[in-house]
Amino acid sequence: MSVAKPGRVAYINARVLDPATNRDAPGEVLTSGEEIVEISTKLFDGKLPADVEVVDCDGMCLAPGLVDMRVQLREPGEEHKESLKSAGEAAVASGVTTMVCLPNTNPIMDDEPTLEFVARRARLLALTKVYCYGAITKGLQGKELAEMGLLAEAGALAFTDATRAVADAQVMRRALQYGATFGLMIVQHPEEPTLATGVMNAGEIATRMGLSGIPREAEIIMLERDIRLVAMTGGRYHAAHISTADSVEIIAKAKADGLKVTCDTAPFYFALNELSVSDYRTFAKLSPPLRADEDRRAIVEGLKSGVIDAIASDHAPQDSDSKRLPFPQAAFGGSGLETLLAVSLDLYHNGDMTLLDVIRRLTSAPAALLGLEAGRLAKGSKADLIIFDPNQGWKVIADKFKSKSKNSPFDGRPVQGRVLRTVIDGRTVFDALPNQPAQPAAKRAAKA
Amino acid sequence: MRDPSFPHRHLLGIEGLNSAEINYLLDLSERYVDLNRGAQKTSTILSGRTIVNLFFENSTRTRTSFELAAKRLGANVINMQVETSSVSKGETLIDTAVTLNAMHPDVLAVRHPDSGAVKLLADKVNCGVVNGGDGSHEHPTQALLDALTIRRRKGKLNGLLVAICGDVLHSRVARSNFLLLLTMGARVRIIAPRTLIPSNVDRMGVEVFTDMAAGLKDADIVMMLRVQNERMRGSFIPSIREYFHFFGLDHEKLKQAKPDALIMHPGPMNRGVEIDSDVADDVERSAIREQVEMGVAVRMAVLEVLAKNSMSHNADDTLGRTGT
Repeated sequence: MSVAKPGRVAYINARVLDPATNRDAPGEVLTSGEEIVEISTKLFDGKLPADVEVVDCDGMCLAPGLVDMRVQLREPGEEHKESLKSAGEAAVASGVTTMVCLPNTNPIMDDEPTLEFVARRARLLALTKVYCYGAITKGLQGKELAEMGLLAEAGALAFTDATRAVADAQVMRRALQYGATFGLMIVQHPEEPTLATGVMNAGEIATRMGLSGIPREAEIIMLERDIRLVAMTGGRYHAAHISTADSVEIIAKAKADGLKVTCDTAPFYFALNELSVSDYRTFAKLSPPLRADEDRRAIVEGLKSGVIDAIASDHAPQDSDSKRLPFPQAAFGGSGLETLLAVSLDLYHNGDMTLLDVIRRLTSAPAALLGLEAGRLAKGSKADLIIFDPNQGWKVIADKFKSKSKNSPFDGRPVQGRVLRTVIDGRTVFDALPNQPAQPAAKRAAKA
Repeated sequence: MRDPSFPHRHLLGIEGLNSAEINYLLDLSERYVDLNRGAQKTSTILSGRTIVNLFFENSTRTRTSFELAAKRLGANVINMQVETSSVSKGETLIDTAVTLNAMHPDVLAVRHPDSGAVKLLADKVNCGVVNGGDGSHEHPTQALLDALTIRRRKGKLNGLLVAICGDVLHSRVARSNFLLLLTMGARVRIIAPRTLIPSNVDRMGVEVFTDMAAGLKDADIVMMLRVQNERMRGSFIPSIREYFHFFGLDHEKLKQAKPDALIMHPGPMNRGVEIDSDVADDVERSAIREQVEMGVAVRMAVLEVLAKNSMSHNADDTLGRTGT
């Protein structure tokens, strides 16, 4: 790889947000090469050495790069929907410096070569850092355990059957047991498949629209079953994208009981409700389905209280051929990467959470769940950081997405919060920061 | 009168035996090791007595071992291999017991694929019964022969650290072994992926490990268990390859154990699955062949004691009781 090694860079005049240390204060950050070397109120007492490149943040927020713990990247296998390159470009433009992809590629990530292929491709692209989940069961078939131990050694951070629930209770029991053997986390798409045969949330709206419903109980029953299995096996369990009020209660109780249980949700589930599917908008056809507004409000409360540990984009790119279909035939899933930060910041702008807490759910919290050394600003840690303006307004126009797929349920929505610069391992990989001071010539060259 | 040092009619399991009784059987077995190593290998101690090997499950080595033990004691031996494919196993088992009982054998050596089946049969006969392995429950003569092997090599059982590694969940060998070893004052660790560890086994006094290196640390004895192939295709373990990588015994993992640690395996071995061939064939450390030799001696001791107790039982008891 012929990437010029960055020298020393001083990010000055920033509002430094670091959830891991609860820092939210004016400050400055110095990076050298790939690492953060200093975080202080005023670097060098304001007398910056000549060889240091200066980035004036002009009072904007400087935070750890976002850690997105649930994305589908479609490569290998469905590169017409997304590729590591298009997703990487979308991610860096959206402040995501680390993302963890689901194993539902083709071939499926239930063996080491596929995992290593994705890791190597992502490394060569040098955009957002990509980690992988390994499959729980061979071929995501829900029957036989995949080689979880060997996959973990090859770099799989945790295990999931992606968009499929592990439905068989005996298989889930053994997956939790086997995972516990090596301290591995099992990530479940909590949905009882025999109840989830519909196309949207079950209820009055579905009835009016004449669409078959997926009852909330599909999620609730699976979560309750899984929690029993966790208690029985001592396994490590994470519920992905929870969407109902009862789910929040179930997880809260499991945590209070001391079980190793965590969960995340996606912006869809705290920013939208089932009304988004009116007019049969297939871009709002998601899995799990958008729920009633009481559920949405409960998800917000779950994020406030911390019962919901993390926010993930749940990025599920689908090409227009998969979405421009009658509602029942259209594919599930929404594009999420490029709206992750701005829609999450609704929680801050609506007064539900502090800015620091919103950033926590997007950075240090998911990193801690996955055991990643990321999502924090610390001396000696990798310089993965973003500069963003939490207030800048813009309108989501899916056609302008860098992602190959434009299936955003937020299309047309006015949002607040824009990423101005994304830095990975000290390298600027996305830059929209205006009015920078003149740089030493050598540094300008390195920057380009 | 029954042997006061071993006053039991049957040997159905290690559970319920005390250390004196175990030592008594091991001491008696020791004498038979000497006999077996001599030129004249036959005794007449059970001359005229009848031993029946009743096997409801395929077995070569255990059945042969019982047969040889009985013959060396001068007894008459009958081998019965019974198919268990019949739907009504319970009925068949009791019918078989009643039939055999009418032939007045002295000792039955019984193996059955269902846990508890040997006890069910023992309740219905007048002779002594030795459990040759019942389901996932017990295999007491295997535990005794393992104990004899260890005692001869290490001079004691008390205080040793024994690591039992593999499919503990389905293993009658593991159960009998840790029951015996704990009774004799050894420390026992079991090492397996959690899918193969029986629930609450720690309450029985063993220490549970899921990391092989940690579990083998400073072990005096490394006892490997056979893993059935049908359990290696995703239900309990993802694959043979993964199992060997994490739980197969090779020289690298063995470095954690004491330098003079003894390696044991009840057989038959799956080379390259639970044990590396180099380790299995390491003459310095592997006691696997010796285990087979001890098997005959232990079974001679058990048959002798049970046959003698059976004689007293028949004499003491009311004649004609069929035990139905």
